[in-house]
Formats: sequence, structure tokens, C-alpha cells
Amino acid sequence: MTRLLKILEYSLCSLARRKFKNFSIIIIYSFTIAALASILLLTHSLKEIAINVLVDGPDIVVQRLAGGRHDPIPVHYAQDIAKLPGVGRVNPRLWGYYYDSLYQTNYTILAVHQDLPSLEMVEGRMVAANGECTVGQGVAKAQNAEIGDELLLINSTGVGYSCEINGMFKARSNLWTNDLILFTEKDLQGFFAMPAGLATDITVEVFNPREIPLVAEKIKRLFPDTRPVTINEILHTYESVFNWRSGMMLTIFASSLIAFSILAWDKATGISGEEKREIGILKAIGWDTSDILTLKLSEGSVISITSFLLGISVAYIHVFLLGAPLLVPVLKGWSVLFPPLQLAPYIDMYQIFALAFLTIVPYMASTVLPAWKSAITDPESIMRGW
Amino acid sequence: MIRTRLFLSCIAFLLVVLAILALHSQQGKQVWITQELAANQDLVARLALTDLALWTEARYTRHPALADFFSPFQDAPASFEHFPAGSIIAPRLPAVSTTLRVRKRPLGGSR
Repeated sequence: MTRLLKILEYSLCSLARRKFKNFSIIIIYSFTIAALASILLLTHSLKEIAINVLVDGPDIVVQRLAGGRHDPIPVHYAQDIAKLPGVGRVNPRLWGYYYDSLYQTNYTILAVHQDLPSLEMVEGRMVAANGECTVGQGVAKAQNAEIGDELLLINSTGVGYSCEINGMFKARSNLWTNDLILFTEKDLQGFFAMPAGLATDITVEVFNPREIPLVAEKIKRLFPDTRPVTINEILHTYESVFNWRSGMMLTIFASSLIAFSILAWDKATGISGEEKREIGILKAIGWDTSDILTLKLSEGSVISITSFLLGISVAYIHVFLLGAPLLVPVLKGWSVLFPPLQLAPYIDMYQIFALAFLTIVPYMASTVLPAWKSAITDPESIMRGW
Repeated sequence: MIRTRLFLSCIAFLLVVLAILALHSQQGKQVWITQELAANQDLVARLALTDLALWTEARYTRHPALADFFSPFQDAPASFEHFPAGSIIAPRLPAVSTTLRVRKRPLGGSR
């Protein structure tokens, strides 16, 4: 133990002699780990939130296809679907997208039944009558509007349309409602000039979750021009969106990993003349090869463990306390109404251990290997060589 | 041994910071589960929502779960892409369980 502590003391002295270089390595190494860990934490948290909340989403969403494209679906399809065994409530949904050219933002407008009870996530009242609406925080911010103000839009016929904002979704539901506007069904039909008897899609409740694929199959057989999307497919989408194959992971994660590999490779292939001379002198004064390897392992551990702990802490603070400000521009794309990220701090310890294994072990190996090559060489030839 | 003591103190400090962050994570998650999860689930169930309102730039990024994955060239993430968000969403590829190989029988050959 004393021997190890003495070697550690010596390795710290040795690192301190090249403090600028080693300090720079710690900064770059920590930054790389912080970048990698930020993406892992952000995507895992978003995935967990999506999957945990969406389990209560519609069991099946039935879309109609025309010419390979999504098309409004006749409402009478719902009556036939409701007759299938095991099927509960079947609701035609009316919704659509609206581009606000004044504020250059896209909104999602959804129609709700007027008798829908108030939700915990709504401040004020839910939309209860024609001429009223409930909006998300992003919409209110874009329009600089508050509860009681009028929301001004232009309908499908090019005529100005206004409705009173009588409710606003709370900030805690921003991930789901930031760009959402709720209208009554009649208002939405008028706004989008949708013909009566047509809906955007149909949601289907299935009593037994194990029967969902079977019901979807029956719907497809009953109406071959439809595409039923099951809840499992919706959940699977969010598992895929934030998995390692997603573009975000591939671009940032891969580039950080490549940067780290270059750092480790540089370390593995090049050992400075000064370090070689140091190894030669240590061998000449009686150090064993194993002592030198322990020394180099200790140097590598000091740098990699310090960097890892720093990097992980910075990543956590960046993602969960500061709302990932450095990743939001990448994630945001051209979305004008991007919700502020106040994420539930879900952490996958497996990912953290995998990250530790992928970064600490290669760095330590890359520190030890060149030192081992020098340590097994005759000290005289090492010292003559510098 | 002063450097060793200093280094071990630094590591201990970083470990304490990490432990505090782990505690923060546990508490934050617990608060989210008890105070927000049920309300968000209720919201999603009542309004029949299917997607996160993250990317509002195109319909297939606003509703990736309902996107037309079968439409060539335009309406699926990671296809020929116009919007930046589409490039960072992974495509949901179907798993192929059966493959068929069709070959023409050579002229004049037995098979």
C-alpha cells in the first residue's frame, strides 16, 4: 500500500512537471466525456418520458391512405370499427397543422369535445364553447398573449379568425402541448374548411391490450385503404428516435468518440523523448519494469478518473440543471416553437458504466503500452537515443 | 505525500459532487413520477396525443409516430431530407423475418 502511495506521489510529481500539457488533456478529455454523457442523458431522459407517458395514448390510430398519402377518413368507418369484438370507445379525431406566417411558427390545432372535463395541466378553463380556445405555452409566447386575450389566425379561406384564449396549458406539459391549440369540433371544421363527415383519423380503444394487433389486422381487412398504427408501434418509434442509431447520437456521439480516439491514439503511438529518458533513468537506478508500468498506470488513472468524474458532473449539470443549452440548437433544427427542456432526471447506470469502460480503459491502455515498450528496452540505449 | 493527499481530496470532492447529483436525480425523478407523470398521462389519454411536441418544422417530425414511412423521398425521417430535425430522428425500420429469392431458370438447363 505504501509502495502504491509512493508511486502515486511520484506520478503526481511527474504529471506536475508537464502541468500545461496534462491540464490540457484533462480539459479536452472531460469535455469529450461531457459531450458524450450529455447526449446519453438527454436522449435517455426524453425516451423514458415519452414511453412512460405515451402508454396511456390511443391503443390504435386509424389513418386513411389515398395514393399512398394520409387522407381524411370518413366518420362512418368509426361506426363499423366500433362493432368489432373487444373494441371500446372509437373517436374520430379532427386535427391539423397551421403555419402562422406573421410569427413564422407552426401550430398543431386539435378539436376536442365541448364536454371534456378540465385537465390538471390546464390553467384557466378548457375550451367549452365555439369562439374559445386553449393554447400551449409556446403559442401564447409566440403571440405574446395571455388568458383572456384574443388569438388571431387566418382560416383556410383566407379570412381573419379570432377566438378567446380561456385556458393555457401549464409549463409542466410543454413537451406535449407547446405548439398545441384546442378548438371545438365545429370551430375546427370551419377553420380548416373540412367537409362534414370526414375526420383526420380515428382513435380506437381496445379492452384487452393483447388483442390490439388482432383488432388492427381486422380493421385493415375491413377497410383496406386504412393504416392502423398501434400503441406498440408508437412506443417503438420513440425507442428508435432516441436510440444509438439516431442521427443525433451518430453525429455528435460518433464525432466525440473519434476525437477521443485520436487523443488516445496520439498517446499510444507517441511517447515523448523526455518521458523515454525518464523511464531509462528510472530503470538505471533500479526500478523494475512492473514499477514503471504501475507508475504509468497510475498517471493514466489520475488523468482518466479525474476527467471522467468532471465530465459526468458537467454533463448532468448541463442537461438537467441548465436545460441542455449546448444541445438544444442541434436538437431544435428549424423548429421555432421548441419547448424549454426541463427533463425528469432519468439516468441509465448501464450507459454510464459503458461510457466509463469505453473511455477510461482505452486511455489507460494507451498510456501503459508505449511505456511498456520503453520499459523493456535496455536503459542505456534509451538514454543514448534521446 | 502532500500531492497524494491533495489529489485524493479532489477525487473525494468530485465523488461527493457526483453523489449529490445522484441524489438530486433520484429526488427529481420521484417528484416527476408523483407530481407530473399522472397529470401528463391523463393529458395524453384525454386528448389522444401520440407524439412529443419537440420538432414542429414538418408533419413527419411533429408526429414521427404517425409519419408515412412508406412514402418514398419525402415523408419519413432520414429520407432525402429537407428539415434538419428529420436528420436526427432515426428511421423506424421494419424487421424482416422472411426473405424470398426469385431467379429465372436458365434456358436449356435442367434447373
